[in-house]
Amino acid sequence: MANKYLVFIEQRNGAVKKSSYEAASAAAELASKVSGTVEGIAIGNDIEGLQKFGISKIHHFKNADLLNYSPSAYTEIISKFFNENGFDSLFFGATAMGKDLAPRTAVHIDAGLAIDCVALNIAENEIIATRPVFAGKALIDLKITSPKKVFALRPNVFNANASSGSAEISLHEVQSPNLKVKVTELKKSEGKLDVAEADIIVSGGRGMKGPEHFKLVEELADVLGAACGASRAAVDAGWRPHGEQVGQTGKTVSPNLYVALGISGAIQHLAGMRSSKYIVAVNKDKDAPIFQIADYGIVGDLFEVVPAMINEIKKIKS
Amino acid sequence: MKIAVCVSHVPDTAAKINIGSDGKSIDQNGVTFVVNPYDEFAIEEALKTKEKFGGETVAISLGGDANKETLRKALAMGIDNAVLLKDEGYRDSGSVAKALADEIRQQGTELVFFGKQSVDFDNSVIGQMTSELLGYNCVSVAVSFSLEGTSVKCEREIEGGKEVVETTLPAVITAQKGLNEPRYASLKGIMAAKKKEIAEKSPSPAANYAEIVGMKKPASKQAGKIVGTDSSAVPELVRLLREEAKVI
Ligand SMILES: Cc1cc2nc3c(=O)[nH]c(=O)nc-3n(C[C@H](O)[C@H](O)[C@H](O)COP(=O)(O)OP(=O)(O)OC[C@H]3O[C@@H](n4cnc5c(N)ncnc54)[C@H](O)[C@@H]3O)c2cc1C
Ligand SMILES: Nc1ncnc2c1ncn2[C@@H]1O[C@H](COP(=O)(O)O)[C@@H](O)[C@H]1O
Repeated sequence: MANKYLVFIEQRNGAVKKSSYEAASAAAELASKVSGTVEGIAIGNDIEGLQKFGISKIHHFKNADLLNYSPSAYTEIISKFFNENGFDSLFFGATAMGKDLAPRTAVHIDAGLAIDCVALNIAENEIIATRPVFAGKALIDLKITSPKKVFALRPNVFNANASSGSAEISLHEVQSPNLKVKVTELKKSEGKLDVAEADIIVSGGRGMKGPEHFKLVEELADVLGAACGASRAAVDAGWRPHGEQVGQTGKTVSPNLYVALGISGAIQHLAGMRSSKYIVAVNKDKDAPIFQIADYGIVGDLFEVVPAMINEIKKIKS
Repeated sequence: MKIAVCVSHVPDTAAKINIGSDGKSIDQNGVTFVVNPYDEFAIEEALKTKEKFGGETVAISLGGDANKETLRKALAMGIDNAVLLKDEGYRDSGSVAKALADEIRQQGTELVFFGKQSVDFDNSVIGQMTSELLGYNCVSVAVSFSLEGTSVKCEREIEGGKEVVETTLPAVITAQKGLNEPRYASLKGIMAAKKKEIAEKSPSPAANYAEIVGMKKPASKQAGKIVGTDSSAVPELVRLLREEAKVI
């Protein structure tokens, strides 16, 4: 096996996603163990930061109509390039775009697929992908048995140590891309940081008692430079938008720090945040299950504790 | 119009998961199975689309006899027909997609709804794969869907917002929470569903491209430190976050 790897480098509005640096680093690390090679593929119009990748070569497929995502065009470009250049493994970040593209390209290049990987190891010269199943209640080790393979890596889990390299950029102009499916508009949610991308998340649950008290969640998030999240109870009550919901039917997150305020820690909530590196819980019920996975907890009234947290963090940050 | 909806039969989200004796699958003892939560949004959207434009709906599930329970639920909610592609063995997602694509081709449906994710293996890939196998257009993780003639317009959820996606039939849509509010099955629906026939077929064979070589429980996290019981513990908490965890 040649071990010729291709990494998809995702951009939105011309800016490269952090998860792509993670995927590139993970692929480079694997390649170093099996004397393989890694190249990158990026699609879009103008893209900043491509040369920062610590991999040898990045192929930039350029067209003004590809500024926004197009599932049909992106799938076609990646699959064709992969097939024509003798690659054998393809890597994505398991972002909204990566999760849409990985299965599509897997079909086109006739590859086996491991999605949402949290670890990649080599055993007997084969990549073994570890991924959470049953909402994180178990992990499986998956071996792709087909000659061609696709991996999508959960964001925020792998180290990005390839963000200061000097990749050579090779430009490919795209003629008439296949725009059968295309994004015609991007609706940003009030320019706020999204839970799926944040290093720190402050989430509120039913214990917040009402939408007006989410001011506290927002203020704490603000001083920490964090995104606001919510439990399903808070979302179903109409206190917060669904985009903020963390959990099995919301978003899966792995920030460095997850702060749970007035959240009991139901299994479906844990499903979305248990892989956070550090978890802090504030809950007045000492038996709340959230304390079983929290690194640090305060058993107390959040309406008293959270304002003190805001003050204390302001103090140390100034 | 003929509309299909693909449904999977999965452990209840609250079920306790234990690893089976083979070390590669779950121990199904005492585990309750339900219709995949996201597939309820898919069923609802199929029903709404039929109510608006007329036509016929069919639910398709690949798996063992137990999946009939989920197909009955779809029928009880109002789906017209049900097909069980009977196969008890392990199939990877590509192989499931191939079987579903073949059945959809035979059914001749030009609009197919999936859930965005099956909450067993949490893959979130089968809809996209099936669409590519069929050569249908596809929008995944849809939180809104509208159809005008053959034009499809959806919003799909992404980090930090939504994308408005436009395409045309034939199409596959995968449903995210927020797409609609699934209806409850009426008593009449439940009674009628009991009498309906579920067609049983053998799915087309397809090779697996991936193999599960091991299954384990995640390393159980040590319950952490309770720093205190009121706001006097806050300075210590902040110190720990700064000096021990080094996250702020
Ligand atoms: C199919 C399915 C999917 C689901 N998906 C999700 C999902 O994606 N995300 C999700 O979050 N849930 C999900 N759930 C729901 C989940 O089971 C719980 O119902 C939900 O997480 C509870 O939210 P909560 O912790 O905010 O509320 P509760 O469980 O009601 O907890 C509130 C907590 O606040 C504490 N509290 C109250 N007042 C105070 C105070 N003054 N100070 C400090 N603490 C206080 C209480 O002690 C309690 O522990 C799902 C359920 C199902 C069946
Ligand atoms: N065995 C199956 N039979 C029918 N549909 C399925 C099956 N498995 C998955 N699906 C459909 O594919 C969607 C995504 O599943 P997955 O990619 O496995 O997470 C589900 O929500 C179902 O709509």
